Amino acid sequence: MRSQAGRDTLVLIPAYNEEASIRRVIEEVNAVRPGASILVVNDCSADATVSEAASAGAMVLSLPCHLGLGGCVQAGYKFAFADGYQSVVRIDGDGQHDPRDIGRLLECLASSGVEMVIGVRAPGSGDGFRTSLIRRIGIGFFRLLLRPILGRRVSDPTSGFVAVNRRALELFSRTFPLEYPEIEALVVLQRKAFRFDEVQSVMRPRMAGRSSITPAKSIFFVLHVLLGVFVNILRYDGPSPRAQKR
Amino acid sequence: MDRLYILLSLLSLGLIAIVLRSLRRERLRVEHSVSWLLAGVALLSLSLSPPALRSAARWLGLGEPAVALMAAILMVFLVVFYKYSRVVSELKDMNITLVQRVAILEFKVGRQDGEVR
Repeated sequence: MRSQAGRDTLVLIPAYNEEASIRRVIEEVNAVRPGASILVVNDCSADATVSEAASAGAMVLSLPCHLGLGGCVQAGYKFAFADGYQSVVRIDGDGQHDPRDIGRLLECLASSGVEMVIGVRAPGSGDGFRTSLIRRIGIGFFRLLLRPILGRRVSDPTSGFVAVNRRALELFSRTFPLEYPEIEALVVLQRKAFRFDEVQSVMRPRMAGRSSITPAKSIFFVLHVLLGVFVNILRYDGPSPRAQKR
Repeated sequence: MDRLYILLSLLSLGLIAIVLRSLRRERLRVEHSVSWLLAGVALLSLSLSPPALRSAARWLGLGEPAVALMAAILMVFLVVFYKYSRVVSELKDMNITLVQRVAILEFKVGRQDGEVR
């Protein structure tokens, strides 16, 4: 049973086949934030992610079909919004994000008044964490592309370590990009004139598994996100039955 | 050229027959059959009236009625494919919403029953 104070912040962990790392991530979160509400959104994993997460003490929301990262994260946002949480911190289930930085993200969220805080890799941090060349090129490209759109620099638009307040939670519950959502989510925020800030944090090598974005998928990733960014800029917010339903 | 008209007539009739058969067996919803039936009737009309096709080819500045015929087929099917891309997109949106809602409701029911956590 959660305490009322627990409804302040939800730690959201989207997970797809993360049985090898999910328990450690949950234990690390519990170690730095004892009693925190932790929700693992299981994106129809085929392994023991659900049992590992549940036995580690997390709440588990299991999607009956595989939706991909965006749909998985949005399910967590919808749950948090409906359950009255004031903020949500999203961290990856593969252990790349250090839960000790959650507090700094939340402090920045509260003190700066922005709607979203992104944890970006601190220069020189994370021994052993190596961003692949393709990813670095992608980050550089989208950094340049997003600067005029967002009106400010964003260090790592692909980071999935983010904290959002209730205003952003309400927005993302209604509209959230489905695949590769981090970059498009920034444009969704911008369309509502919401702001974001960045906090430097430690990025670590993943505890297990491999990135779903292989070099072969990278070109598709860039094109997909590029199209998504422009679609979000062009999107019509008028009275549409579909928009109202979602 | 006559063979082309005959072939197109047969294909159009085949398309209409398949759509009607699917409707009869409830494998296709009525509202989604309309565009296919219209496409079938349009192609059948073109194939049964060569003078209309020749006029259309002249109007479009195309020398050969066969080219006008291919352009008409292409346009008809592009419109139908676009329509169904929209239908699939709407269905995907609805499916995602439903999957998320089912998961949240299952969780809440489980929480009430004391099964979760």
